[in-house]
Amino acid sequence: MPEAATTPAMAEVLSVGKESVAGCRARVAHNVLNQVVLPGEELVLPEHEDVDGLGGAGEQPLRLNSGARPRLRVVCGPGLRRCGDRLLVTKCGRLRHKEPGGGGGGVYWVDSQQKRYVPVKGDHVIGIVIAKSGDIFKVDVGGSEPASLSYLAFEGATKRNRPNVQVGDLIYGQCVVANKDMEPEMVCIDSCGRANGMGVIGQDGLLFKVTLGLIRKLLAPDCEIVQELGKLYPLEIVFGMNGRIWVKAKTIQQTLILANVLEACEHMTTDQRKQIFARLAES
Amino acid sequence: MEIAKRADAELGAGTAAEPGPRSPGCSLRHFACEQNLLSRPDGSASFLQGDTSVLAGVYGPAEVKVSKEIFNKATLEVILRPKIGLPGVAEKSRERLIRNTCEAVVLGALHPRTSITVVLQVVSDAGSLLACCLNAACMALVDAGVPMRALFCGVSCALDSDGNLVLGPTTKQEKEARAILTFALDSVEQKLLMSNTKGLYSDAELQQCLAAAQDLSPGFGQLG
Repeated sequence: MPEAATTPAMAEVLSVGKESVAGCRARVAHNVLNQVVLPGEELVLPEHEDVDGLGGAGEQPLRLNSGARPRLRVVCGPGLRRCGDRLLVTKCGRLRHKEPGGGGGGVYWVDSQQKRYVPVKGDHVIGIVIAKSGDIFKVDVGGSEPASLSYLAFEGATKRNRPNVQVGDLIYGQCVVANKDMEPEMVCIDSCGRANGMGVIGQDGLLFKVTLGLIRKLLAPDCEIVQELGKLYPLEIVFGMNGRIWVKAKTIQQTLILANVLEACEHMTTDQRKQIFARLAES
Repeated sequence: MEIAKRADAELGAGTAAEPGPRSPGCSLRHFACEQNLLSRPDGSASFLQGDTSVLAGVYGPAEVKVSKEIFNKATLEVILRPKIGLPGVAEKSRERLIRNTCEAVVLGALHPRTSITVVLQVVSDAGSLLACCLNAACMALVDAGVPMRALFCGVSCALDSDGNLVLGPTTKQEKEARAILTFALDSVEQKLLMSNTKGLYSDAELQQCLAAAQDLSPGFGQLG
């Protein structure tokens, strides 16, 4: 039975719930950053500052909309939908914001936890080949439909020189077509025609599934978990954004230890993790 | 960060305070919810209302049979299993009510030609079963990360022969009541999504029950 979460987090959740449901009014997105938001809440975007306000002779630009100040252009990320000039929250999680590089309002998204993968264009995923039909392979990436992978989408593949891919092989590739209306498609080459690490994953090793949030955490630039794992044993590891990790170490026992540690990483604090690594390094 | 993520995953674990009674007999039984307890489904939740307990699991968006697929939205399926015996007509009717409620809030247009399956298992039944099933289904959909336009909650009330209102009736109160009304309300503006009524009641009593349920629903929203 999982234990209840820590009290400060719970108190925060309860107070946010009280506030949002009692008022039922839209909240300003900037005030809600890093707080838990629930589906159905509306967020008001910050207003556009009049950068090019007064001209040389003190003129003001003519406003064509009826007096309402224009809003900043923001990118609406996962978990948010546009509704009118507001953002509607569709998933439960913490609201995050990234400052823009150039002009515009930046990106807003909801950090939510999920086990089910929905294919997204540009994601690198690990798939399992389930069928070969004519010129394409059907690859299971964990979504609602198997993705299709053409045999020409490998480095150095031509009509005469077919890649050596069998049913049951693991493939690391990138999704190039992934929207709700079409069957997803993946390829194992980048736009220059080079493999860049993609293709069939070698023999042995272990494939296991974790939640999508853990993968994002492990792939974050400042994550120390993978470096610490590398210091423990020499290993090969592949992360798929669809929640799948393939890991291979020298012996089966080491591979299993690595798999268990990665699965447990989700629920451990930094101290507990350091303790476990220290114990493993000793033995 | 890890603790925060776990808090999000197990949102609502623990008990929520009971809302203050408006009139004697209006206080709701102690209720609690736990999420992410099953490892196979994409989302799961267990909802407890007094002694009534329902376990829900959600699978989706997943593959759907060609005969059941809808070209522009997700196919929502609800399966309700009673505690003992085979599912019968009463279960089928409750499944349809829960499915209609879920279809009103789930953004199915984001996942066309997929299926979202909600499986509910009655663990113990001590009154207000339909309301408890609705709450468990909502919490499980949130845990699975299915996009929704609002949360919903189920509230049931019983009218006894004197016209007194009891919210969240027990089995004994349901047997002695002259009418039992169950409502599903959304979390944004407490609008009515679904109502299921059994028994004899007047128009004014219906409005009174609905108003009492709407006053109570922000308390469920706190749990979310």
